[in-house]
Amino acid sequence: MTALSVAVRRHTVDATGTRRARFWVYGLLIAFLVGSIFPFYWSFLVASRDSSMLTEQVPPLLPGGNFLANAGRVFDSVPFWKALGNSVIVSGTVTLTTVLFSTLAGFAFAKLRFRGRNALFVFVVATLAVPTQLGIIPLYMAMSEFGWAGDLQAVIVPNLVTAIGVFWMRQYTMQVVPYELIEAARVDGCSMLRVYWHVVLPAVRPAAAFLGMFTFMTSWNDFLWPLVVLNAENPTVQLALERLQSGFYVDYSLVLAGTTLATIPILIVFIVLGRQIVAGIMQGAVKG
Amino acid sequence: MSGPVIAETERTPSTAASAPPPPREPRLTWRQRLSVADVKWSPYLYIAPFFVVFGVVGLFPLLYTSYLSLFDRDLLDVESTYVGFANYATLFRDPQFWNALVNTISIFVLSTGPQIVIAVLLAALLNTRLRMPTTWRVGVLLPYVASLVALGIIFANLFGPNYGLVNGLLETLGFDRIDWQGNRFASHVAIAVMVNWRWTGYNTLIVLAAMKAIPKEITEAAMMDGAGAVRRFVSVTLPLLRPTLIFVVVTSTIGGLQIFTEPKLFDAMPGSNNGGSSNQFQTITLYMYQTGFETQHLGYASAIAWVLFLLIIVIAVVNFLLTRRIASTGVAEDGAR
Repeated sequence: MTALSVAVRRHTVDATGTRRARFWVYGLLIAFLVGSIFPFYWSFLVASRDSSMLTEQVPPLLPGGNFLANAGRVFDSVPFWKALGNSVIVSGTVTLTTVLFSTLAGFAFAKLRFRGRNALFVFVVATLAVPTQLGIIPLYMAMSEFGWAGDLQAVIVPNLVTAIGVFWMRQYTMQVVPYELIEAARVDGCSMLRVYWHVVLPAVRPAAAFLGMFTFMTSWNDFLWPLVVLNAENPTVQLALERLQSGFYVDYSLVLAGTTLATIPILIVFIVLGRQIVAGIMQGAVKG
Repeated sequence: MSGPVIAETERTPSTAASAPPPPREPRLTWRQRLSVADVKWSPYLYIAPFFVVFGVVGLFPLLYTSYLSLFDRDLLDVESTYVGFANYATLFRDPQFWNALVNTISIFVLSTGPQIVIAVLLAALLNTRLRMPTTWRVGVLLPYVASLVALGIIFANLFGPNYGLVNGLLETLGFDRIDWQGNRFASHVAIAVMVNWRWTGYNTLIVLAAMKAIPKEITEAAMMDGAGAVRRFVSVTLPLLRPTLIFVVVTSTIGGLQIFTEPKLFDAMPGSNNGGSSNQFQTITLYMYQTGFETQHLGYASAIAWVLFLLIIVIAVVNFLLTRRIASTGVAEDGAR
């Protein structure tokens, strides 16, 4: 096949194979997007009015002016400030340690040679499939034994590092850190830790940032284990939300003001960093 | 001068086991020996945190769960009685367990099946040449930020039996109201909608990434052979997505069978662990939680956990084999894996 015909072929594909999307494609995507946004909007809508709107035949579609009043009632009903603070402490700590330990382990698995490396890495991958959530009963007994039940460290310690984090960082480190760079640093007299800090960590920063965001969101939204081990006086945001809902009569303006308040911080993070999160998920998918 | 000699003999095996040998030197200083130790032991130090954490809070509790399941033990008891497999015998005759098992599988099927179909179609839409491609991708992922608790509360409201928006809409369109809480199947549908709403976008991006990774030459060749868009999608794109679809199905299995938060918050009686007035949407994890922390039978709850654990492994393997078969009926085979 001549160069010319190859060129012609490519041209044809570019012209027809990946032609501009038609309007119905946009129509479907917009419909999907409206469906994605609607539950968020609905909860804000109810939160900005009072519960009587739910009994109306045709519910109003524009927000009312009661949001701040309802939000204020959230803070009166449950220790919401404390919950926010707790969630920030837990998610922040877990994010930091997960990123630190995952990048370190990822570096070792990707670039260092040591006995048992492959077997140990296969073990890490296998643990991805292990539903560790099912071990909460002995874990709770252990935490009670330590006297940690009710304290934040009971939520932090089990989540210090995850298999998925180690796995992702290993895949990424393999791709972006050349051996030459590590060897050059070693020749210059860097210890392993300095190689990690000055060579590896800067190179894997995009993936580490994604892992951090992912970990933060997962930890912020975690429910079952905090529900088991914490109590109503010292809750995370999710526990406070659940508490709001568990009255005898559910005041939806109050409860949905709570969900809106709890969603806003993470929504802001998402809007600012959404592109990186999308890129991270897609990269992880190809490499994983 | 025995020092350097010892250092020399020490050095030979350790370099063989670790890095490529540095240029030979006549003697090793203290500093160099430190460096050799650094090369040799650092990797173990770096991977240690994961193994320690996993061992202490992952593996050990799981194993201890199987041990605990052989005992009759209450939460506040110090004493526990060995009962052998009595907990399992009771479990297999426990109608509430079978009910929870059926609910879990029903919700899982209702959520995973449609979700993967929609994710593949949506990924195909996103794979066309769009204006502002990243913005659409971010938009598709948006539901992922919602916490399961917030989601459960919002959807419990939307699917409310009396004033819920969904029933209002159905009535406006001339259909009958549906008791989304009371009716067993309807409640499964409502919970599956929640799961799908949150996870479809995430899986769409994973499928989209796999689509982007398909080499253009293959699609081109199919086009040269006269295959239309639909034919290309079914015969070329889908088979090449096989590893990704397997990945998505297996991860949804592991997560989907442990579903807890959605059914707990969907309950019309908030705070309850019953999964509806007659357990119509109680899942196995919810039943385990209720048994362990509400009625406080730790031994029995452990038996539930361990059965669910085995079930997840079995279904994940079956799914793996099934997906491999279904997805490989196309023409192209992926040589990469």
